[in-house]
Amino acid sequence: MGLETKIGAVLPEVITTRLDSLVNWARKSALWPATFGLACCAIEMMAMTDPRNDVARFGAEVFRASPRQADVMIVAGRVSIKMAPVLRRIYDQMPEPKWVISMGVCASAGGVFNNYAIVQGVDKVVPVDIFVPGCPPRPEGLIWAIMKLQEKIERDKVFTEEKAA
Amino acid sequence: MSQTLEQAQSATRYPRYADASLIRAKFTDTVEEIIEAASEITIVAKRERLVELMIWLRDEPAFRFDYLSDISGVDLGEFASPRFAIAYHLYSLVHNHRLRVKVFLEEDDARAPTMWNVWKASNWLEREVYDMFGVIFDDHPDLRRILMPADYDGYPLRKDFPIKGY
Repeated sequence: MGLETKIGAVLPEVITTRLDSLVNWARKSALWPATFGLACCAIEMMAMTDPRNDVARFGAEVFRASPRQADVMIVAGRVSIKMAPVLRRIYDQMPEPKWVISMGVCASAGGVFNNYAIVQGVDKVVPVDIFVPGCPPRPEGLIWAIMKLQEKIERDKVFTEEKAA
Repeated sequence: MSQTLEQAQSATRYPRYADASLIRAKFTDTVEEIIEAASEITIVAKRERLVELMIWLRDEPAFRFDYLSDISGVDLGEFASPRFAIAYHLYSLVHNHRLRVKVFLEEDDARAPTMWNVWKASNWLEREVYDMFGVIFDDHPDLRRILMPADYDGYPLRKDFPIKGY
């Protein structure tokens, strides 16, 4: 067929692939979330890591206490206006490439907290990759979001300016 | 004379409300009204001698209100006059009784004396009332917003503040 079959015949220990695919595979397989629980959603986020749901199957179980070691920020809960600068700062401290999951209706759109204290959607503060509906979303829902994020990362262009939509 | 166990328990379990008639006798011109409702006693006081009244309530052996449990603000609406009220909730650890002191404030003169020199606990409580209602506490040592961000615009618990969509 192609080059890879010929090389495979001579050197069976060698795998050929595109660099994009390799890097994206590495990135999506070890999404380390930043520990950032804000409200009741954080309970479900923690439940996502338990043996029943076991997000380790998707390589995203390593919650990091430092944003400098994290790849994905899961905004789990309502963000108050006073918290928004803190959230942004944590996001800024995360090294590139980084992604954001907005977990639950409060983080996504304010939810029942349409009032003076709560940011009406965390996308006003940080760019959000995946919104998860629910109040709170079940752990399965959050795992679904991580799988969606992995699909998104697969489409990413690593060595060009253009980012996948 | 010994109390029965039941009497002793009821005295500890249910905080009583202080007998306020003594206050009226002492602060005739300051106390405007004494309201008794649902076995709770509220004194409506004038702002002018409020600090003096509070110090007396704290130190008078019959009352000994050594604990300021809360300060709450009230907005009676933008058409009400007086518009604002502040309620001081006092408690005595010595006598196990409570008292509420209320002060009404006009909108264009929404300021009250600080109680910081009477109870240190009033520091943050007054900051909260200032944050939510915009009531100024004169001579407060550190009158900043406490709950909302420092650059926040408006006083969110005022009646004319939009409930949603802010």
